[in-house]
Amino acid sequence: MSVNTKIFRTSTFRLAAIYLLVFALSVAAILGYVYYSTVGLLERQIQDTIRAEVQGLADQYRVRGMPGIFDVVSRRSLETSGTLYALVGPDGGHLAGNLEAMPKGNLPDDTWLDFPVNVGKGDSVVEHTAHGYHIELKGEYELLVAHDVQELRQFGDLIRNTLYGALGMALVLGLSGGYLMSRNFLRRVDAITDASHSIMAGDLSQRMPISGSEDELDRLAVSLNDMLSQIERLMVGMKEVTSNVAHDLKTPLTRMRARIEAALRDTNAVEYKSALNQTIEECDSLLRTFNALLSIAQSESGQARQQLQALDMNDILTDVVELYEPIAEDAGGSLTMHFASNLKVQGDRQLLAQAVSNLLDNALKYGETVEGKGAEIAVNATIENNEVVIVVSDHGKGIPAEDRDRVRNRFVRLDESRSKPGNGLGLSLVASVMTLHNGQLQLEDNQPGLKAVLRFPLHMV
Amino acid sequence: MTTAELTSAAARGTEMPMRILVIEDDRDAATWLVKGLKESGHIVDLAGDGELGLALALEAVHDVFIVDRMLPKLDGLTVIQRMRSDGIKAPVLILSALSDVDERVKGLRAGGDDYLAKPYAFAELLARVEGLGSRKLLDPKDAKLHAMDLELDLLTRTVSRGGKPILLQPREFKLLEYLVRNAGHIVTRTMLLENVWDYHFDPQTNVIDVHVSRLRGKIDKGFDEALLQTVRGSGYMIRVR
Repeated sequence: MSVNTKIFRTSTFRLAAIYLLVFALSVAAILGYVYYSTVGLLERQIQDTIRAEVQGLADQYRVRGMPGIFDVVSRRSLETSGTLYALVGPDGGHLAGNLEAMPKGNLPDDTWLDFPVNVGKGDSVVEHTAHGYHIELKGEYELLVAHDVQELRQFGDLIRNTLYGALGMALVLGLSGGYLMSRNFLRRVDAITDASHSIMAGDLSQRMPISGSEDELDRLAVSLNDMLSQIERLMVGMKEVTSNVAHDLKTPLTRMRARIEAALRDTNAVEYKSALNQTIEECDSLLRTFNALLSIAQSESGQARQQLQALDMNDILTDVVELYEPIAEDAGGSLTMHFASNLKVQGDRQLLAQAVSNLLDNALKYGETVEGKGAEIAVNATIENNEVVIVVSDHGKGIPAEDRDRVRNRFVRLDESRSKPGNGLGLSLVASVMTLHNGQLQLEDNQPGLKAVLRFPLHMV
Repeated sequence: MTTAELTSAAARGTEMPMRILVIEDDRDAATWLVKGLKESGHIVDLAGDGELGLALALEAVHDVFIVDRMLPKLDGLTVIQRMRSDGIKAPVLILSALSDVDERVKGLRAGGDDYLAKPYAFAELLARVEGLGSRKLLDPKDAKLHAMDLELDLLTRTVSRGGKPILLQPREFKLLEYLVRNAGHIVTRTMLLENVWDYHFDPQTNVIDVHVSRLRGKIDKGFDEALLQTVRGSGYMIRVR
């Protein structure tokens, strides 16, 4: 499609064309009205006057005969009323009136006609148009009464010409304005199209151009840019996760491969068996990583959001705490709980239980007190501002303030935790479960220790 | 699972061998599965697609079915639905690469009795298959369960061993009930998490062991014979003899 046909298809151009049409019709209507109420009115008045004169003269003729009408016509011809008269005999000879002769041609009875008259203007003689009424009297006499309508006609022409001129100008200005505006519009749309093409080609850093006029196109571009930024963030996140997954899986696979290779060089059955057993362990740990990733993916999927149910958080917390209490005690620590009642939420039981279980796992692993005693873990649940607030706290080393954001990311493990089993996905899952529940995970200092706070909306019934 | 020791009830001769139909299209996986089940003392039939599987299921009586979720020709869930509508009541274990809780629910709704996500440890699968196969021996309406001199009263929720009452927490009672219902069979940690706690995720810390050892302290302490055994690499088992 050429640029020109494209312009005619733009909405701006079509809008301009419609405006133009409406404008032209309005101009025509206004000038038509002016014409009707000026030229039309004057012309009707002239016709009325002429008709009355003709009527009067015809009456004279009927009552007083030829001398009567001759007399009146001769007298009125001398007046400067502007009315023109012509009275001719059966042979066409001039009898009376300020017109020298009848207009040429065969004039029918009882008709209106326009004809040229010569008017003296200073030294020269100019031709004017006259409008008159022609009747035949008895005895083959003919009478013509007319008015010089030259100025009136000129005024009418003036109005008509104004109309044509205005329409022509509107047409030219409207079309070229529409064309220019459309071209401007089209240029901006083309710029946006170009930007989207290069984004589709893979350059996610591209943004839609913004003209700065804050019009609707700009608003659209700004909102598209916001969307692109969000997509870019997600894509970067995805890329990071993918490369992290690849990296995190490569390490155990490398270990596994080396071990199997070493075992194959050996001929000792005991070595074989131990290598295989270690390989299975390694496989199981990889599977746990995959399962954790799948759980995160599941909690981030739209499907999970649709399956949230009304739940009692008290039950979920009691179950999970009860599951972990013995192991905390066996490790020489303690696990205490204190819950407010009526913690109704809209949620997914498995994912919420898993989130709390991950926090307890962490507290058990990293919550040992500085003196090396078992973790003293407290689980508290309260209601604040229509939100359920669950706090899992310990008195361990905690997480340094600068790392508290980072540890939510997938596969992030702090150096001091690398010696313990784990895949660096625990807090990521908690964070994504919270996002699913329109809540958030906050990590705070428990002085000493870590305070993991889950905040999500209470379910109102 | 660290070791895949084949500690099967049938292999140990504590129970009659079962006839098992495996419907699985992955040839390698099926071969290992059939080999393992046979070594555990069971009789195994194998079908490589859904249609053949359904035909075999309708043709001969089996004690347990192992059905892969995704099968050529006839989908696994459809096979199970057809089997059920044909009046086959034997338990079905569904194998699937899909581990979502929703998928599990779909499988159980279609008529499956248990759901195991791939990849699985053979010991886990064997424990589940043997648990399913022995299920019919227990009458769920029985008000009392027994294992040697241990007695569980399901109505009063009380436990006694050798006439001596044992005090248990509600969750401990549930744990013991599940173990006793599967007495003579291995129960894995995952089975306990799923059936006693209704959790379908694996906690990173091995929380189950501590619960079982506490239970063991209550039911075995002070008695000559240990009822609750740990089966290395697999799980736990309540002895029947």
